[in-house]
Amino acid sequence: MQRYSIWSLARNALSHHQNWQRAWRSPPLKAHYDVIIIGAGGHGLATAHYLARNHGITNVAVLERGWLGGGNIARNTVTIRSNYLRDESIPFYVKTVALFDDLTRELNFNLMYSKRGMIDVVQTSPKMRDLRRRMFNMYNHGSTYEPLSVGEIRQRIPSLTGGGPDSRLPILGGMLHPDAAVCRHDAVAWGFARSADDQGVEIHQNTGVKALLRGPDGRISGVETTRGTVLADKVAVVVSGHTTTLTETVGLRLPLKTINLTAFVSEPVKPLIDVVVNCPDIGVYLSQSDRGELIIGGANDVGQSFRRDIKQAVFEDAVAAMLELFPAFKRLKLMRQWGGTLDIAHDASPIVSGTDIGGLYVSAGWWGGFKAVPAGGFTLAHLIAHDTPHPLIAPFSLERFRHLDFVLEAGTTTVR
Amino acid sequence: MLLIPCPHCGARNESEFHNGGPSRARRPADPDSMSDAQWVDYLTVPNNPMGPLDEKWWHVRGCGTWFVLRRDTVTHQLLGGADHGA
Repeated sequence: MQRYSIWSLARNALSHHQNWQRAWRSPPLKAHYDVIIIGAGGHGLATAHYLARNHGITNVAVLERGWLGGGNIARNTVTIRSNYLRDESIPFYVKTVALFDDLTRELNFNLMYSKRGMIDVVQTSPKMRDLRRRMFNMYNHGSTYEPLSVGEIRQRIPSLTGGGPDSRLPILGGMLHPDAAVCRHDAVAWGFARSADDQGVEIHQNTGVKALLRGPDGRISGVETTRGTVLADKVAVVVSGHTTTLTETVGLRLPLKTINLTAFVSEPVKPLIDVVVNCPDIGVYLSQSDRGELIIGGANDVGQSFRRDIKQAVFEDAVAAMLELFPAFKRLKLMRQWGGTLDIAHDASPIVSGTDIGGLYVSAGWWGGFKAVPAGGFTLAHLIAHDTPHPLIAPFSLERFRHLDFVLEAGTTTVR
Repeated sequence: MLLIPCPHCGARNESEFHNGGPSRARRPADPDSMSDAQWVDYLTVPNNPMGPLDEKWWHVRGCGTWFVLRRDTVTHQLLGGADHGA
């Protein structure tokens, strides 16, 4: 692999940048692999990277229906954080933050990682109690959460001029989560892809999987793709919203509903907000990108949806909520919007698990799955390699539904 | 924005309704005769098709009626079929 550095940049400048190597190959599709990963998104590519790096499994194909990194890894709000509620959840997200901290160096790819912190702006007493409870539980697992007064919040976020004593929901206080960060989402996909490819993993774009295949013994035997049948000993379904669409081809029903979650971006403005701002009571969160755009997210569309656009009503609700706290943003023009399909489990916690079908694994139910990319790939790779779950994801197996042992997680941003 | 046909009030704005999730099979008459796997499947596994789906809706900011409506999860087109008894 051609390493990226100031020296390689200077050397390639001398040849007018005509001699850069391609970041990954496009090899011919083989008939058999040890492991097939369906979905070249963040989680799929991270899994491929860790399978090769940590477990030495390199006869791996990552199959992608569209183009690499064109799914939810390109359709999120890039927030990385670990302020979750449950004993089962917090250690997993602490691990993902730790992996992100070192990821730029590990992948030799500039992720533009910016550890800028997140502030929760709280406007109701029940939410304040909820976050205090979360704070104490986070202390138990090595995460960070600090109470802030109204004055401190307004000092850190000068553009937060709404929510005064006469407003509908006055700001009562908040929390600072110093571990929170943002980074460039495309770079995460590209960095993992480049590293996995360098270790021998094959990435096949424009290779849609139409159905899973089972052998006579009932185990998974491969997949039927738009480019023919490909056999494999183990198959991991890492496709976000379309998990059930694929698993139902082998009769596997999962406790997942597919929903549409959206975000939008304003025109670029001068530096204005240097933290991620989350307003759980009105259901909106925002941060400012390095280009100056405000990245704004709200609630999901009601009901199940396989759409990737944004419904006008959802968009209006998020804007109206934001203007209550940031009235000056009324004059901002909005430039782009996007939506993604994600699947949410019965208890709103992720599923990283083997299944009743031997050799078939699923990683699904990610709500806020961007932050989970490194730890999700790290733990799924462990599960595929050893057939036993890594301790960090042991609570997130499908077994928990069988025992009605749910992990009810309210740590997702937009759950009010 | 969906224009939802409430069986009592007629077509009304989506913002007047609460989505009650996908409609499910009736509660099994004799749970004791089922295996654990069947029971858990009934409790936790919803229909999740790419296409027509029967959903419960509650006209919470209107007449308070619950009803079932078929909607396409890809096009969001309403396919009728509204009746009472979710």
